Amino acid sequence: MKITVPMDSAAKAVGADEVVQALLAAAKDKGIEVEITRTGTRGMIWLEPLVEVEIDGLRHGFGPATPEDAAAILDGNSDKALGPVEALDWMKRQTRLTFARVGVIDPLSLDDYKAHGGLAGLKRAVSMTGQEITDEVKASGLRGRGGAGFPTGIKWQTVHDAEEPQKYIVCNADEGDSGTFADRMIMEGDPFTLIEGMTIAGLGVGATKGYVYLRSEYPDAINVMRKAVDIAHKAGVLGADVLGSGRAFDMEIRMGAGAYVCGEETSLLNSLEGKRGVVRAKPPLPALEGFLGRPTVVNNVISLATVPVIFEKGAQYYADFGLGRSRGTVTLQIAGNVARGGLFETAFGIGLDEVVNDLGGGTLSGRPVKAVQIGGPLGSYLPVSKFDAKLGYEELDSQGGLLGHAGMVVFDDTANMLGMARFAMEFCAVESCGKCTPCRIGAVRGVETIDRIAQGDMDALPLLADLCETMKDGSLCALGGFTPLPVMSAVTHFPDEFSNAKEAAE
Amino acid sequence: MPSPEATIDSVEIDRIISSHIDLEGPLLPILHALQDAFGFLPSQAHAPIAEALNISRAELHGVISFYHDFHNAPKGRHVLKICRAEACQSVGGTALAENTLAKLGLDWHGTTADGAVTVEPVYCLGLCACAPAVMIGDKVIGRVDATRMDTIISEASA
Ligand SMILES: Cc1cc2nc3c(=O)[nH]c(=O)nc-3n(C[C@H](O)[C@H](O)[C@H](O)COP(=O)(O)O)c2cc1C
Ligand code: SF4
Ligand code: FES
Repeated sequence: MKITVPMDSAAKAVGADEVVQALLAAAKDKGIEVEITRTGTRGMIWLEPLVEVEIDGLRHGFGPATPEDAAAILDGNSDKALGPVEALDWMKRQTRLTFARVGVIDPLSLDDYKAHGGLAGLKRAVSMTGQEITDEVKASGLRGRGGAGFPTGIKWQTVHDAEEPQKYIVCNADEGDSGTFADRMIMEGDPFTLIEGMTIAGLGVGATKGYVYLRSEYPDAINVMRKAVDIAHKAGVLGADVLGSGRAFDMEIRMGAGAYVCGEETSLLNSLEGKRGVVRAKPPLPALEGFLGRPTVVNNVISLATVPVIFEKGAQYYADFGLGRSRGTVTLQIAGNVARGGLFETAFGIGLDEVVNDLGGGTLSGRPVKAVQIGGPLGSYLPVSKFDAKLGYEELDSQGGLLGHAGMVVFDDTANMLGMARFAMEFCAVESCGKCTPCRIGAVRGVETIDRIAQGDMDALPLLADLCETMKDGSLCALGGFTPLPVMSAVTHFPDEFSNAKEAAE
Repeated sequence: MPSPEATIDSVEIDRIISSHIDLEGPLLPILHALQDAFGFLPSQAHAPIAEALNISRAELHGVISFYHDFHNAPKGRHVLKICRAEACQSVGGTALAENTLAKLGLDWHGTTADGAVTVEPVYCLGLCACAPAVMIGDKVIGRVDATRMDTIISEASA
């Protein structure tokens, strides 16, 4: 009997390891031979642990499974049966390009990877010149998935054109935004995709060395990535002679040290060099003077992990998905107080209401939805009245929102928006790199000012607005510069909670 | 009981430094490896690191103090990290954290009197679709409620 159970940390966090133990014990009891493969997660986190049993070549799901369900799952009469996984609504409605293999294959089996289209992109890329590779990425319309949405091909072109003997590819795997886990999911579930994408980037711009800066809060992802790099190295995917092309590319996994600001690319580079993670002024661009002062591509995990499918299927195939200037697919992470949370990959342009209320099924608590924070701790709170917004970079921007890394956190009507605004300021104060006064001191003042508002001091409201203006204008990076977004969106969309704060609390 | 400082092995410190020194940007890997080996960053390591990397001790101190992960004194036997970020807050994470701290009689970063548990804040564990989330050691746990938290703490205290 062939069984798969995710080893993704979200699945483990809700008991996947215990379910595996129970399945093994039950199989032994019954004298059934089982082969259990650990995979990534399909992304339906509300169904985790999701056990899949192969029946007539089709994988049937059982979830959310508990150890007590093990015997019935093996007997085929479990009330957790969901039918064929690929036929579930959540799976059928997706366009899984970047995440095609996640939840399907054994993350550390290179054979499995190849059998599911892996390395096809790299094989194509080794026959292309650096310029052809860069042009292909440009033609795909791929934009950075880390937050700013900068066109990836244009960034690569700058590094390609820089004439220096040593260039670098740095993968930003710091994923610090609340409500996001796409990077983690792909690193744990399909690490070779990231390795392949970084290798293509290296061939494209003429970089021979890559680093993945991976946050320390992700020990499982670090472990899987390190093993995958080893395997890729032994198989000649990485090394002095990538796939026999005569071109070199190698990479290392480096662990972060618990600083949110190190997700900002220049802070990250300082950290990688062993310095304080202070943000650098731009120019110079990292593309020209990056790691150790050399030309460096810094890209998010999802940006790089999307490169293989672009080379496998062709730039045009990818560019044909999407809306406006947002081409391809967006890897939505639906989280927080939501009935069905998880990862959903689809063409840009899907509506917010469909995501929260239809896919997500509304709140977990069953209470009315109050707001969604999109784009992490520096993103706006959007009230239900904005739910007709379409999810694309420009489309969301026009609604006062920020797509960022495409995480969305749902809140029900019990959410305290003044408290959320205060938290945004507090977070900025804790995580500020300290370089600019409006961020370092302003955030502390912001907390105090919101506390005054909470005490019913209405004179503090205009002060808060002024302070946010100052932070927006006087900050070097988006930590100080965008913290005003969650704060002022809460003030704007939920004014009663600020003007009647004292009465509400009493 | 010997003080933790007394059990620090300078040979081990030198071995860790020299095994990472050829990396590009060796400092963070060295600090992580030392902390892995000793549970904290022993002050005896400062001089050899500064010398090997040709940086001043002030610079080294600046780096260590910048990062939330690094600490100069031992922690409890188990470090319990409770997520304070937004997705966890949306499903009761704040109350969970506050009640846990109150029950243990601790503030953030505090360690129980028996040295079993240190409680640290963390901002997102990537478990936002199965929040509230915590991590104890390297083990992640999602959908944590009060009962689950009691079990986690009693197991750690055992
Ligand atoms: C405070 C702050 C935190 C950031 N955190 C991340 C992060 O965790 N991951 C990420 O990929 N980009 C993050 N970014 C964006 C990066 O600076 C940069 O734009 C990105 O890594 C570029 O890659 P991309 O073009 O592939 O998106 C952050 C930016 C700021 C200002
Ligand atoms: S805005 Fe804040 S985090 Fe960004 S550079 Fe300035 S002080 Fe550092
Ligand atoms: S916000 Fe708590 S795990 Fe992401």
